Amino acid sequence: MALSMRRIQIPAMFSLVLWGAIWELIGRFGGIDLIPPLTRIFVAAVETIALDKFRNALLMTGEVFAIGLGLAIVVGIPVGIVMGRLRIAANMLNLWVNIFISAPLTAFVPALMPILGIGQTTVVATVFLFSVWVIVIDTQAGILTVNKSLIEMARSFGATRFQIYYKILFLAALPEILTGLRMGVIRGVKGVIIGQLIVALLGFGELFDLYLGSFLMERFWALVFLIFGLAFILVQAVVLLERKFEFYADVR
Amino acid sequence: MDAPMAMIEKNQDTRETAAVTVEGISMHYPGGVHALEDICLSIPRGKMTAFLGPSGCGKTTLLKIIAGLLEPSSGDVFVNGKKTTAPGPERAFVFQDFALLPWANVLRNVAFGLELRGRKKGEREEIARKFIAQTGLTGFEHHYPHQLSGGMRQRAGLARALVINAEILLMDEPFSAVDEQMRRKLQEDLLSLLAVENKTVIFVTHSIEEAVYLADQTVILSPRPGRIAKIVSTDLHSDLTPDQIRRDRRYLDMVDEIWGGLKQYLE
Repeated sequence: MALSMRRIQIPAMFSLVLWGAIWELIGRFGGIDLIPPLTRIFVAAVETIALDKFRNALLMTGEVFAIGLGLAIVVGIPVGIVMGRLRIAANMLNLWVNIFISAPLTAFVPALMPILGIGQTTVVATVFLFSVWVIVIDTQAGILTVNKSLIEMARSFGATRFQIYYKILFLAALPEILTGLRMGVIRGVKGVIIGQLIVALLGFGELFDLYLGSFLMERFWALVFLIFGLAFILVQAVVLLERKFEFYADVR
Repeated sequence: MDAPMAMIEKNQDTRETAAVTVEGISMHYPGGVHALEDICLSIPRGKMTAFLGPSGCGKTTLLKIIAGLLEPSSGDVFVNGKKTTAPGPERAFVFQDFALLPWANVLRNVAFGLELRGRKKGEREEIARKFIAQTGLTGFEHHYPHQLSGGMRQRAGLARALVINAEILLMDEPFSAVDEQMRRKLQEDLLSLLAVENKTVIFVTHSIEEAVYLADQTVILSPRPGRIAKIVSTDLHSDLTPDQIRRDRRYLDMVDEIWGGLKQYLE
């Protein structure tokens, strides 16, 4: 079984093209209003990009996402480093981080509204909550893999505590930190859309609501694909960054 | 068993003249391991001293205490007559596993000690290049550690220790992670290097041959808790070239004598 599966080499794009074709056929002949043909969705996507509404939504969403993810990085990396270095910090925080990383955070978002108000702040908090935990955990894992003799080496050459953190620990853990960042981006994208849908129908949330409410399915799907595409580009950007540092990930 | 020999004078004179003096060092690790018991020792300036003993006798622990990387449970370390409890610029450490930064090339690794001291890039790289040449790494400045063989990695580790111009070199089983032929080559190169650079060297080894070949004095430690079993003068360099040592009668006798003393610990 395993042998015969290995022998059939399917090009990566083939599956995409096949499912695209099936979608197109269902769209044209399936008679399901929810699923318009793929070609019409692409046309709608080109139209959507040109809309002011879309551009405004993109800017607003991008800003909220950037702030939320930025905060998650600024908080998540130091917390992960401290948890990797100090047993007491790990003991105090491990449980909470592991609860939050697997918790259904969507359920928390409405609870944020009375505190942070119905607006951008709540969406920023949502992005932060979605992405920070995985950054913490991956950073901690990275710190725990750091070869102890590198730290001894730095100490023997008179490194200050600060130098040990930024010249040894941070760089040694960077491959894991970037993996955490990549996962954080993926989760943050979910967070921003969920936040916008639940909280206030801002940005893309507002557009989704509009298109679904008026049953503009082509526009709706176009928006879904555009967001998929944007998220994919963001993640690939982090992957490029990861590749720059992966040469030493296996030889530490 | 021989009683701990000599070198127990705790007077100010020894502390002043010796490069390193160790007085009454004991080490209990948290968790109950009793690694060292009442070690008293003086390390002569400009000479090479080997710590030799069975596995787990605490020789690396003793070296790291001298380096200031470990804090002993009791006892004091004096470097150039001054009590020390932390690493200092007069001591440089060479690590068994090389401890090279995997994300930095040879040039940056070798210059790392100066980088930590905030020396300018151009300046520190110029100094590093000099020692890269001395350790036979010219042409590999821009290679990364994983692109180097074990022997070359330790050359880089040695160059990094030499760059900071410390008078005392502490080497923890420096050649144990490289193959036999490379080890011989590194030993010979170390001897010719040290003939030019006047350094005090303390190194840990489990190889009797390495101790006798390289060291002027060999400190033999007993199994855990490590005590000084014997201090043997293994100085053959004053009248022999590196090539002659291994063929010299005294070399063979010393190896034999030390082996005779160590054998009892293996039973």
